[in-house]
Amino acid sequence: MSKYLLNKFLYTVDRDPDLVERYREDPSGTVTWWESTMANTILNCHTGESSTWLTFSPPERDALTSHDYVRLFELGAHPFLTLTLFIAMFERDYPEPLAFQKEYGRRLSHFSLPYPDIST
Amino acid sequence: MATLAAVIASTHHPFYYRASTAPPEERPPFADAWVAKILAFRETLTRARPDVLVMVGSDHFHQLWLDNMPQFLVGKAPFYDANFYNEEREFGLPRMTLRGNEDLSAHILRGGLDEGFDLAFSNELRIDHSVTCPIITLRPQADLPIVPIYTNIFAPPLPQPWRFVELGRAIRRLVESWPSDLRVAVIGTGHLSLELGGPRQFGPHGPDPEFDRRAVEWIATGDIERALSEVSLDSLWNPGNATHGFMDFMLMMGVAGDGAKADHVDTLDLFHTMEAYFTWYPEGVPA
Repeated sequence: MSKYLLNKFLYTVDRDPDLVERYREDPSGTVTWWESTMANTILNCHTGESSTWLTFSPPERDALTSHDYVRLFELGAHPFLTLTLFIAMFERDYPEPLAFQKEYGRRLSHFSLPYPDIST
Repeated sequence: MATLAAVIASTHHPFYYRASTAPPEERPPFADAWVAKILAFRETLTRARPDVLVMVGSDHFHQLWLDNMPQFLVGKAPFYDANFYNEEREFGLPRMTLRGNEDLSAHILRGGLDEGFDLAFSNELRIDHSVTCPIITLRPQADLPIVPIYTNIFAPPLPQPWRFVELGRAIRRLVESWPSDLRVAVIGTGHLSLELGGPRQFGPHGPDPEFDRRAVEWIATGDIERALSEVSLDSLWNPGNATHGFMDFMLMMGVAGDGAKADHVDTLDLFHTMEAYFTWYPEGVPA
C-alpha cells in the first residue's frame, strides 16, 4: 500500500488544469497513463532522473479509477488533497453552493474517530 | 534594536476575499458583519505602525511536498510571489507579489539555528493563502516587506505542540535582538476546530464549538500552560481532522508571552469554522 503515491497522484493532478479535466472525463485512462509515465517522476529533482519502484496497490488503483473519495478516505489518502481535487471536478455539477461538499461529508458519515491513518 | 510593535494571531479563511469583494447581489448574508470585524481587526495592525511583517503560516501542499518536507522553514528572498492556480480556482484569490526583508530572514535563520531549531530555508518561495489571507485582511495594500515562516501542521509526523510554543518564544527573542530601528509585527494564522475532507466538514458551525470556546480563552489570556496540558498531537484529531492548525496559534501564544492578555479579541461564528482575531501590543496600546 502506498499512501504516498495516492497523494502524489492527487497532488500532481490538482495543480494542473488540463489534468483536472482529463481525470474528470476519463478517470481510468488518466490513472493508467499517470501510473505508467508519471508515478516515478521525482518532483523536486533534476529532470531525467526518476524512481523505479512506485506502483499502486489494486484497491488504490480501483479507488482512483472509480472516483471513489469515500474509499480514498478509508485508504488514508490525505483528506485535504482529495477534497480539493474533487471540489474542482464535481462542485460544478451541483446547483447550490456547498451542496457537493455537504454530500461529501454525508457520504463519509459512517466513519468515527480515530479516522484512517494519513501518516506517510 | 528592533521594536516588536504588535503580535497578531488569527484564523485564515480563504473565502473572505470573495465574500467581501462580491457585488451586493452575490454577497452572502454574513458578509457585512464579517467585513466590520475585519476592519476593526485591521485597525489594530495599522495603529502599531509596522515597517516589517513576520508572517507565520503553513503551506497547503503547494510548494512543499512529501518528497522533501521541512518541519519549520524560513523564507529568505527579496520577493515572494503568492497564491497558486488551485487557490485562484477554488477561492478566487488574486496573484500577488510581496517584498521580502532578507536581513531579518538571515537574522532569524542564524539565531534560530544557534538556539537549537534546525530551520530549513528557501531562497525562492511562492507563498500560499495561509500568508496571503492575513495580508488581505490586515494589510490589503500589501506594501510592507515580509519574512515568511512556514510550519508543518499538515503532513504527519508533526512537531510537538510545545515545540511550536518554543519556536514562538524564540521568534520573539530574535525580533527583539535584531539590530534595526524598524518596527516589526509578527502575524500568524492557524485554525480553531476544523474538519476538511471528513464527515464533519462544512457544518453549520465549526465541528467542535466547545473546543473553540476553550481555545479562545487560552489564547486571549495567554494561558500557555493550560493549552499545553490539554492539547496533544493525538488529542487534536478529536475537534476536527484539520485542527492541528491550532498549533500555529500556540506558536503565536509563545510570541505573545506567558500570561499575556490580548488587547483585541474578537470571534465570528461562521458556517464550517469559527473565526478568531487576537492582537497584543508588547509595548503598550499605541496612542
